Amino acid sequence: MLATIDWHIVWKQLFHPDSVFGRALWTTVYMAVIAQALGVVLGLVAALMRTSKVRALRILSGIYVWLLRGTPVLVQIVFIYYGTNILLGVTLIPNTLNLGAFTLDGAVFAGILALGINEGAYMREIIRAGIDAIDRGQMEAARSLGMTHGLAMRRIVLPQAARVIVPPLGNEFNNMLKTTSLVTIIGVHELFQDAEIRYSQDFKPVEYFGAVAVWYLVLTTVWTFVQAWIERRLAASERGDEVTFWERLVEAWTPVQAWARGAR
Amino acid sequence: MSEDGHASILRADDVHKRFGRLEVLEGISLDVRRGETVCIIGPSGSGKSTFLRCINHLEKIDSGRIEVNGHLIGYRERNGQLVEDSEKNIAKQRAEIGMVFQRFNLFPHMTALGNVIEAPCRVRGIPEKQAVASGERLLARVGLEDKRDVYPGKLSGGQQQRVAIARALAMNPALMLFDEPTSALDPEVIGEVLEVMEELSREGMTMIVVTHEMGFARKAADRVVMMDEGRIIEVGPPEHFFQAPTEERTRRFLSKIL
Repeated sequence: MLATIDWHIVWKQLFHPDSVFGRALWTTVYMAVIAQALGVVLGLVAALMRTSKVRALRILSGIYVWLLRGTPVLVQIVFIYYGTNILLGVTLIPNTLNLGAFTLDGAVFAGILALGINEGAYMREIIRAGIDAIDRGQMEAARSLGMTHGLAMRRIVLPQAARVIVPPLGNEFNNMLKTTSLVTIIGVHELFQDAEIRYSQDFKPVEYFGAVAVWYLVLTTVWTFVQAWIERRLAASERGDEVTFWERLVEAWTPVQAWARGAR
Repeated sequence: MSEDGHASILRADDVHKRFGRLEVLEGISLDVRRGETVCIIGPSGSGKSTFLRCINHLEKIDSGRIEVNGHLIGYRERNGQLVEDSEKNIAKQRAEIGMVFQRFNLFPHMTALGNVIEAPCRVRGIPEKQAVASGERLLARVGLEDKRDVYPGKLSGGQQQRVAIARALAMNPALMLFDEPTSALDPEVIGEVLEVMEELSREGMTMIVVTHEMGFARKAADRVVMMDEGRIIEVGPPEHFFQAPTEERTRRFLSKIL
């Protein structure tokens, strides 16, 4: 069976990809990064709105999570790409977006927007859990020293909550790297669409989709290492003791961790 | 307010506070003069801690009024009515009142010195260099100059509480509130915290201390206040309390804990 696989194609896709593929890979990466950043910002705003004194803001925050978590992200992507301009009566999503030095494809812009807005709803829950995990005494101590709620959040509560937030945030970004494949539906040439196009030319699904799966795996694996590094830095500043980089890596990278446990 | 050195720092007048149906403060009135150390004692659930937390408006009050240094705390008078003050004004008032908590509440992501200089730098806007210099002096005053770069997680309970005292003092408060500062400590480190507090009291800091440490009350207090069921039932100098308390409830309480 393995003999029927055209290993030449797999080899080329993995080790000698062309520049078209390179651009697709890059598109996947920057879409995921920007969408995740947007999600964190929206999630933080929504989490702070949730504890606001203003009732309307609290309700708005609830509706946001309810809507975005209650509908498929695929529907949201298509809806935002095709529906936004019609709905608003103005061209919010242009064919191409001119950003000075470079231009952004309208579909890419819509894709980032949809993924980011969707992600914000999940991030709100994660950030909220992080804030709730911090002892109430921290806020009280900060306020007893004359800090306002905002200052106490920024200097005392959020830095501590960050340590709680980072591990699930890492999972979210891992997901985001893969979820970007959905924007193929609105015609963005990212990793998955690249494989689709090549497959449609010579009908070699195992080769192209297999190779692209490996590329996704490479992205998520690299991210695992980055995340471990971030967590290590946060933990060191919190505990005030030294944990080696490798200890944290082993702790964070599950397969290695399982292996290490077995070896002991 | 008179300037004879015996002016009231705290004036609490008929303070009422309820949590839902439960009335925890049923009309507390207390004046504390500048330089005075007042210990509040009483059984748990008597409202001691709640009263302390009302003084810096960590708890809202339902009626009555609290003034610190002549300023109404937490509220503003508008057309003869008391309405809650703005967040900014309340924060400003709190900056003048130091508070030490039962469970320390040090900021775990900052060093001992970081804890002490945080509020002076961020709230008062004091330049860091200056804040560090006075922060180091304060840590020395509580006997922890060698711990300036240590995180709270590496300090003993007694050391943490002394850092917490230094942190509160860093804002040069007119009044210091202590909410059972030794109740969460191991017996062998209680002494080092009480020593710092006695020293502060001798130096003339105005202090209100909710405590079960009768030894401290006897040594450092100018007056002892006995609370029970949301009321002040007896006030007097420590000699009076520990030799001849008037109230039966005070006698019963003291016989249980002494």
